[in-house]
Amino acid sequence: MLRYAVRRIAGLIPTLLVIITASFFIVRLAPGGPFDQEQTLSREVRANLDRAYGLDQPMVVQYGRYLRALAHGDFGPSFKQRDFSVTELIAQGLPVSGALGLTAIVLALTLGIALGVAAAVWRQTSVDVGITSFVVLGIALPGFVVGPLLALIFGVYLQWLPVAGWEGGAPRYFVLPALTLALPVIAYVTRLTRSSLLDVFRANFIRTARARGVGGWRILWGHALRPALLPVVSYIGPATAFVVTGSLVVETVFGLPGTGRYLVQGAINRDYTLVMGMVIVYGTLVLLLNLIADLMYGWLDPRVRYE
Amino acid sequence: MDGSIHACGMNERAAQPIAMSDFRRSGSLWSAAAARIRRNRVAMIAGCVTGLIAVLAVLGPLVSPYAYDTLDWQHLAVGPFGSGSHWLGTDRLGRDLFVRTLNGIRISLVISLVSTAISLAIGVTWGAVAGYVGGRTDELMMRFVDVLYSLPYLFIVIILTTVFERGSLPVLFCAIGAVGWLTTARIVRGQTLALSRREFVEAARATGLSTPAILLRHIIPNLIGPIIVYATLTIPQMILFESFLSFLGLGVQEPLASLGSLINDGAQEMQSAPWMLLVPAGFLVVLLLCFNLMGDALSDALDPRER
Repeated sequence: MLRYAVRRIAGLIPTLLVIITASFFIVRLAPGGPFDQEQTLSREVRANLDRAYGLDQPMVVQYGRYLRALAHGDFGPSFKQRDFSVTELIAQGLPVSGALGLTAIVLALTLGIALGVAAAVWRQTSVDVGITSFVVLGIALPGFVVGPLLALIFGVYLQWLPVAGWEGGAPRYFVLPALTLALPVIAYVTRLTRSSLLDVFRANFIRTARARGVGGWRILWGHALRPALLPVVSYIGPATAFVVTGSLVVETVFGLPGTGRYLVQGAINRDYTLVMGMVIVYGTLVLLLNLIADLMYGWLDPRVRYE
Repeated sequence: MDGSIHACGMNERAAQPIAMSDFRRSGSLWSAAAARIRRNRVAMIAGCVTGLIAVLAVLGPLVSPYAYDTLDWQHLAVGPFGSGSHWLGTDRLGRDLFVRTLNGIRISLVISLVSTAISLAIGVTWGAVAGYVGGRTDELMMRFVDVLYSLPYLFIVIILTTVFERGSLPVLFCAIGAVGWLTTARIVRGQTLALSRREFVEAARATGLSTPAILLRHIIPNLIGPIIVYATLTIPQMILFESFLSFLGLGVQEPLASLGSLINDGAQEMQSAPWMLLVPAGFLVVLLLCFNLMGDALSDALDPRER
């Protein structure tokens, strides 16, 4: 198990290197530089700017410098927000995005599993039909539709919650973004839980338990739920990737000062270092969480053996 | 490859290889599938609605007296049915919302179709070559796919749209198409592996046919079934990608509009002109729902083992 974990972590390094190298060279080989829009720059100023950001060096030297700085946790200066380094911007935004993403995941797992169990236990009743239609809608509706609609209903018409903003993380400002982010994941977890629980209910060991006279709820809690949750656990990895991309939209819709919004702003302003930094941070995050989900899977399912 | 890392999460149903030989061998399986779809009333309705929307999107702007960028200063931000001439109202510049939405649907559909085609072309070639050639080439090629798979697609698209000219449709096609081919490559590789051991391929090899000729004449024609199924599931994803990018301001640029950018405009104005949000959001939701229902029906019809 430990050896497997170490090997998997070591396997992340080449993947990360590919991500870093690819994003670095795509950005550098593209037509146009970061200062092209400021047309009034004289040639001398332009040369000074290039030198200040190290852009006058050969590509390989720039790449080496970038890697060395990265190893020290330095993503370089932001090209567009002059007084900030990318590291500072990420450090500012990460608590907001982290809190939002974590809330969404927790919400999705608890609600999704609960709804999935309910749909499986009362299958082919109106409860099941209701939950299943919610699932279809939840999966089909993208966050950039759900977010504005929720804001319109609860913010503009009912006026229960603020339409947008952050205000230092007051809970009122947190509800709609977290819900928007969690909704598709809730739907997906519900669907997974429902179908795998139905499968488990059909298994022989459940029939045996029933024959021994074990009651319905004890079968659910004592026997069926744990094996039924395995697909949900392996979905945690993709779910975090989904939440990470979803946060780009949610932070834009609700005006939250998180890293997702920085990434979008950076992409619109062509702030190359910022975009690269964000992509590397998010890529690492997604890879790590996938790994954790895989390890958890083995811990939950005694049949999985790591060689 | 140790551990499965799926980045996007929403398409693992599609990733299951469909036993090709099951439904290409005889025409009757195809017609049975067609009959099964015809009996599926939900799928038929979804198909009709999609067709209707597509026809409207193509013909509507031709018939309407307004173009997508015609400004009507007499009717600024009028609600639906508020004035006789604009059925679904206008935006704050007096542009007809119905025409803009239909035009947006057309752009979204074109982008999704072209990028689906691009992603299929890359994916089929990549998967067929990897699966047929095998050995070290196969390992290297699929390792590359795994690395890309472990990143959320959108970050790659965001890097590409940051770097290249924003809003130009060819860049969008390529950026979206270039990241959508991974699942196709995996499916096709699996099918090719199975096919390349079949007698007719061996016979072709024995007659001295070159590898490209075998791929083109024997392997790829036999892959058309699963490719079609996967394509119907890819199109809505591509629509979603495109709308997502346009919503964030990284896709189609003014004065052109796609569903995503219209929803973004609507979200800005939703306090005073909620129809600007509701009209494009409604069309997008209906379109996505229909495509998902059709895709589900198609894969059910072609794979009778499910249910």
